[in-house]
Amino acid sequence: MTDLAQPSPAPRGLPPRFERPSLGAFAAYIVVALFFAWSLHGTGVSLGDFFGGFPQMGRLIGEMLPPSTARLDAVGRALLETFQMAFVGTVVGVLISVPIAVLATRHLTPHPVFYHSARALISFFRTVPDLVWALLFVVSVGLGPFAGTLAIVVDKIGFCGRFFAEAMEEADRGPQEALSAIGASKLSLVMCAVIPAALPSFINTSLFSLEKATRSSVILGLVGAGGIGIELKVAMDLFNYDEAATIILAIFALVIVVERVSDLLRRRIL
Amino acid sequence: MTMEPASGVPLAMFRDATSLDEAGASRAFASQAAIMPVNEKAAREPDLVVRGLRKSFDKTTRVLDGVDFTVPAGQSVALIGANGAGKSTLLRSCLRLIEPDAGDVRLLGRDMRSLKARELRELRAEIGFVFQKHNLVPRLSALTNVLHGALPRSALARPWFQSCAPKSLRDEALACLERVGLGHVAARRADKLSGGQSQRVAIARALMQRPRLMVADEPVASLDPSSGEEVMRLFADLIRREGLTLLFTSHDLSHAIAYADRVIALRRGSIVLDAPSSELNVATLRALYD
Repeated sequence: MTDLAQPSPAPRGLPPRFERPSLGAFAAYIVVALFFAWSLHGTGVSLGDFFGGFPQMGRLIGEMLPPSTARLDAVGRALLETFQMAFVGTVVGVLISVPIAVLATRHLTPHPVFYHSARALISFFRTVPDLVWALLFVVSVGLGPFAGTLAIVVDKIGFCGRFFAEAMEEADRGPQEALSAIGASKLSLVMCAVIPAALPSFINTSLFSLEKATRSSVILGLVGAGGIGIELKVAMDLFNYDEAATIILAIFALVIVVERVSDLLRRRIL
Repeated sequence: MTMEPASGVPLAMFRDATSLDEAGASRAFASQAAIMPVNEKAAREPDLVVRGLRKSFDKTTRVLDGVDFTVPAGQSVALIGANGAGKSTLLRSCLRLIEPDAGDVRLLGRDMRSLKARELRELRAEIGFVFQKHNLVPRLSALTNVLHGALPRSALARPWFQSCAPKSLRDEALACLERVGLGHVAARRADKLSGGQSQRVAIARALMQRPRLMVADEPVASLDPSSGEEVMRLFADLIRREGLTLLFTSHDLSHAIAYADRVIALRRGSIVLDAPSSELNVATLRALYD
């Protein structure tokens, strides 16, 4: 036991503020710093060009103002189509993700082969960007919102599949053990104990997916996969900057509304 | 596996002779004969026969070290022992929730080691299991949690949620809740119930199974003394009224004596006492913890 009456040993001085890095760590810092400097050169970063672009940006903003209201109805229709793509893509993607995520959950999968196959599929869907999926689907099903919706579905399977599987792996094992102990089948166990426990995480991930899908469905239009992106590209190509401003404001409004509604639902449901 | 007649069950009594005096041992041996089933149940195979059960979780520690005991139908048995003595592992090994390393378990007349997955599920459906932490599904209603007791005997997905269950099952689940005095909380979410209420719902879920044998792992350990006493009394009453066999673990020695016909004590994975509760007192049992 410590004797508080005893004086503590004399201090040997303050410890150093920073630990001395090992030779390996020091070499790694140098390599990262050199690569960053090389990348600055490779990407053509130039403060001169940045500040020199200010007058041009000012002129562009001047031409954007006031935003044009001439094609409001067409912009509105494109905006609705954009949200429909995001909504349908997210709902279908989430529904397909659930069974794939069950197979990708270590203690629920019926066999390791299913586990590794499901994990590989999810990784593949997640690592290929949605714009690449959109290009592939435009070639296979043609221009238009269906290609964009399919791209969102695949992207959501990659995104939700991973997070749903993690949520199910982290779900409290107590109720699962209880249902196993009374002889419930694995399917009953998933439906009655695992999914109810992981539901808050599922809802959170799905709402976040919808926000993400709304933003990406704007970009998908740039490659002809439907939505308001194509309207923005045409307006910019034809130098109709006032119309482009209207489209950008509409996109901004849509993203804000989806985020606010999503926040509200999160608070109400969870 | 060889079956021994119930009357000739070799009881592993007082394996550790230093823990109890000789008089106590002989008294326990003598009274054991009195609790051996002599009525018509004696003709029935014991509900649980455990022989040479061993389990290790690593190479150095043997959690169960050759456990042998038999539980005749209708008997109530308390398993006691210090933390780490192997009580919970023993319960789980009996149901193959944990795979034992060696030994045989014969449960309700079935050899547990030979059962395939489906047969194991069918057998578990006849055994109610009450856990220390209730293990209810928190976001579902009390009624739905009780309905889950009918999962193994119901086709398709109907007892998954009370909203899609047939009226007969909903009525039965409500009756089970009423038997534990909680009919009025049927619609309440499980995570809104008190600890005592949660454990009573867990008991109702076990009753919903229409079990032949009830297993409980420290059923009142997470409750305050007053709620614990109330729940244990209710639990024991239900078991007695239904004529069920009961195997439960407990750290409360007074519960072991009051609510069990027989007490089995474990120490470091071995049985050191197996005696009728009528011959024991709290002081005797407390000595086993020293």
